[in-house]
Amino acid sequence: MNEFLRKLLFLPPQLSQHARDVDGLHFFVIITTMVAGLLIFATALVFMIRYRRRQEGESTPEVQPKHWHEAVFVGVPLAFFLLWFAIGYPQYVETTQPPPGAMDVFVQGKKWMWKFAYQGGPSSLDVLRVPVGRPVRLLITSRDVIHSFYVPELRLKQDALPGRYTQTWFQAEQPGRYQVFCAEYCGLSHSGMLAELVVLPAAEFDAWIADQRRGEARAQDAALSAGEQALPGSSILEQGRRVAADQGCLKCHSVDGTRHIGPTFIDLYGRQEKLTTGEVITADEAYLTRSMMDPAAQLVAGYQNVMPSFQGRMTPPEVAAVVEYIKSLKTPAVAAGPSEGPVYEPTPRK
Amino acid sequence: MSQHLESSPPVYAERNYLNTPATGLKSWLTTLDHKRIGVMFLIATLFFFAVGGLFAMLIRIELLTPGPTIMDAMTYNRLFTLHGVVMIFLFMIPAIPSGFGNFLLPIMVGAKDVAFPRLNLLSFYIYLLGAVIALGGMIYGGADTGWTFYTPYSTTTTTKVVPILLGAFILGFSSILTGLNFIVTVHTLRAPGITWNKLPLFVWSIYGTSVIQILATPVLGMTLLLVAIEHAFGWGIFDPGRGGDPVLFQHFFWFYSHPAVYIMVLPAMAVISEVVCAFSHKNIFGYKAVAYSSLGIAFVGFFTWGHHLFTSGQSAFNAGIFGVLSMFVGIFTAIKIFNWVATMYRGSISFKTPFLYFIGFLFFLFFGGMTGIALATVSLDIHWQDTYFVVAHFHFIMVGSTIMAFLAALHYWWPKITGRMYNERWGLVGATLVVSGFVFTFLPQFLLGNEGMPRRYFNYPERFQALNVASTAGASVLGIGFLIILIYILVSLKYGPVAGPNPWGSRGYEWLTPSPPPLENFDVLPAFERGPHEYHELPGSESAAPGAGTSHA
Repeated sequence: MNEFLRKLLFLPPQLSQHARDVDGLHFFVIITTMVAGLLIFATALVFMIRYRRRQEGESTPEVQPKHWHEAVFVGVPLAFFLLWFAIGYPQYVETTQPPPGAMDVFVQGKKWMWKFAYQGGPSSLDVLRVPVGRPVRLLITSRDVIHSFYVPELRLKQDALPGRYTQTWFQAEQPGRYQVFCAEYCGLSHSGMLAELVVLPAAEFDAWIADQRRGEARAQDAALSAGEQALPGSSILEQGRRVAADQGCLKCHSVDGTRHIGPTFIDLYGRQEKLTTGEVITADEAYLTRSMMDPAAQLVAGYQNVMPSFQGRMTPPEVAAVVEYIKSLKTPAVAAGPSEGPVYEPTPRK
Repeated sequence: MSQHLESSPPVYAERNYLNTPATGLKSWLTTLDHKRIGVMFLIATLFFFAVGGLFAMLIRIELLTPGPTIMDAMTYNRLFTLHGVVMIFLFMIPAIPSGFGNFLLPIMVGAKDVAFPRLNLLSFYIYLLGAVIALGGMIYGGADTGWTFYTPYSTTTTTKVVPILLGAFILGFSSILTGLNFIVTVHTLRAPGITWNKLPLFVWSIYGTSVIQILATPVLGMTLLLVAIEHAFGWGIFDPGRGGDPVLFQHFFWFYSHPAVYIMVLPAMAVISEVVCAFSHKNIFGYKAVAYSSLGIAFVGFFTWGHHLFTSGQSAFNAGIFGVLSMFVGIFTAIKIFNWVATMYRGSISFKTPFLYFIGFLFFLFFGGMTGIALATVSLDIHWQDTYFVVAHFHFIMVGSTIMAFLAALHYWWPKITGRMYNERWGLVGATLVVSGFVFTFLPQFLLGNEGMPRRYFNYPERFQALNVASTAGASVLGIGFLIILIYILVSLKYGPVAGPNPWGSRGYEWLTPSPPPLENFDVLPAFERGPHEYHELPGSESAAPGAGTSHA
C-alpha cells in the first residue's frame, strides 16, 4: 500500500523513518481530500442534474440553512484540519530536535555550491558523506544569499541563512547516493547548485573520516576532472587548484573546455579574448589577476557579469597560485579518467 | 418597476454611459464616471494579462527540455520574475476590484458614482504610472529576483531591481485609493432600501477586499522602499553583511503578500456568489454565513503569514501558531464552498458559460484550498516548500480561482457593460478549453513537486522531463482557449445580439437598469424592495416570476 501510493504520487524513495512518517500523513491527507472532494462534487453533480432548468422562468423556493447546517459546515472540516495538524506538527518538531550524540556536519551554502565540514577539520565540496543508521545533525549557514538545503528522499529542507545558523537532523537508513538541491532561489546557477548525499555503511564511513583526519586523502573530493593535467610534486599548482576549488572558481569555470557560466580555464592563458566592449585583449597574468579582483572591468563577450570580486577574499600568494594553476591548464592534456561519476542523472548542458 | 424593461424584444439603451456626455478619447481619459474608469481598468488589466501570459508561455517552452531550450539562464530568471510581477501586481490584484468592482459596486448600492470620483480617476492614472515604470524597468534590464524580492539576493543582484520595486510601490497607492473609495461608498452612498443585509454578496466581498488593501498595502510599500534603499544606498536593513536581518524581510513581505492572496481570492468569491445565484435562479444558501466569512477571511488572513517561513529557521512555537491559524482561515473558505453547492439545491440551473466557470472555480478552489491546508500541517510543507507543489498550489487557489471568476464575471456582465451578448456556443468551447487546459498545466506540477523538483529551476535532471512536457502541453491548450475567448468577445462588440436589460433573469440590482447603464446608473431609482438574491415567489403575486430568458438565449 505504501509503495503503491508512493509511486502513484511520484514520491521519491523514503530514506528515513521521518520520510515514512511524512508520507503516511501525505496519504491520509490525500485520501481524506479525495473522499471529501468526491462527496462535494457528487452532491453538486446530483443537484445540477436534478435541478437543471427545464423551462424558462421557473420559480424556486427560498431555502435557508438551519444552524446545524452551518455547524456541520464548520465543524467537520475543522476537525479534519486540526487532526492533520496534530499529526504533522509533532513530525516537524521532531526534525528541530536532534537526538543527543548526533554527528555534527557544518553545511555552508555559497553561490553555487555546498561545502560540508566535519569536526576535526575534514571538509568536502558538493559531496555530503554520512554513515548509515546514525543520527546526523546539520548546522547550516550561508556565505552570501539565502540558499536551502533539500534532500527529497529525506523529506527534509532547511534554509541556509547568511549570518546565522539553522539546524536540522536525519538518520539515513539505506546506503546509496541521493541528490541535494538548493531550493531557495539564489541567482544565475540556482538550478546547478546540486550536491550529492552519499550514505555509506558505518564502517566505510569511519574509515573515510579517519583517512580524512589523517590528511591522507584530502584531495579525494577535489579529484582531477577530465582533461585536467596532473603535475605531481609541483606544490604551487596543487595549491592553486585547491584554492580554485575552495573559492568556487571551478563551479563556473570548467577546466576541460566545457562552456559554462564563465570562460573555461583550459588554454585560457595567452588566449585572445574579445570583450563586451569589442576590444580584443590577451589573457595574460595581469588580465587574469584583474579579472579576479574586478571581474566587471573587462568582461569577455558572451558572458554575464555575475562573478563576485575576490578582492580581500584571497591572499596574494593564493592569487598567484591560481594564476599559475590556470597557466598550467593546456591541451593536449593527458586524458586522466574522470573521477567516479555521480549516479544521479547529471543535468546536461547543451 | 422593472417590468417594462423585461419586455421583449431586448432593447439597446440609446442614452448610455458609452455615449454620454461624449464619445471622444478625451472624454474617456478625463471621465469621472466609475463605469468608464472600470472599463479602462478592464482593458489595461487584460492587456497586462496578455503580457504575463506571453511570459508564461515562454517559460513553459523553455522548460520543455533540461538545459537551454530557447533562452539562457539569465533571461529565464528575468522572465519568471516579470511573469510574477505582471500577473500579480498588474493583473490579479486590480482586475476584479478595480475593473468589475468599479463598474458594478456603485450600481449595486444604488449610487450614482463612487464617493470620490476624482480620486477614482487618479487611482487609474497611478496604476498606469506604476505599470509604465515597472514595464520600463523590464525593458531597461529586468530584475532577476523573483516576484518575492527575497533579500539579501535582491539587494545585491547586479540586475535593475529599483524600477520594478518603485513600480510596485506606486501601484500600491492605486490599490489603497480604490479600497478607500469603495469603503466610503458602501458606508455612505447606499440607496434607501439597501440595508447591510440587503447588500449584494459581491459588495460584501469587495468590501472585505478593500479593508485588506488599506491595511496591508502600506506594509508592502514600506518594505519595497526599504529594499530599494538598501539596494541603492547600501544601508544595512536586510543584508546581514551590513548588520541587517534577511528574515525580517520575509516577515514584512508576507505580512502583505499573504493577505494579498485574499485580495485576489475575495473578489473572485464576490463574483462567484453572484453567478451561482443568478444561474441557479435561487437565493443564496446562508447569506450571512457567506457575507461574514468574507470578513473572517480578511481578518484571520492577517495572522497566517508565518506559514511561508516554516523552513527559514523560525521557532517551532511560531510554526505551530501560524500552522493552526492557517487551518482557521481555511474554514471560512470551506463554509463558502458548502453554501455555494447548497445554493443549487432546488434551484433552476442554467448551464451558461458563467456557470461553467463556476464549476471550474469550485474545482480549483477546493483542490487549491485543500493543498493549502496540507501545506499548513508543517511537516508536509518541509518537503513541498519551494518546489513545484507550491507553484501548482498557488496557481490553483490564487490564479485558477481568480481567472475562473474573472472570466465568469466577463461573460456574466458583458451584456451589462456592452449591451451585447457574446456567442454562447463559443463561450462554452472557450470555458471547456480554459478549465481543462488549466488542470493539465498544473496537475503535473503537483507531481513534480512531490518528486522533489524545486521551483525557479532553469535546468533540471532528466527524470523530471516527462511531467514538464505534460505541463507545457496543458499550457498550450490554455493559451488556445484564451485566444478563442478574445476573438469571440471582440466580435460580439460589433456583431453580438442586443442583450436587453436583464438577459439572465437575474435579481441583482445592476440588472434593474438598462444595458448599457445610463450615466447616472438608473433612469429612475428603484425601490429595492427585494433582496439581490431573492428568487422565490412572493405570496399573493403571480406576476413576480422573473422575466428570464430573452429570446436569443
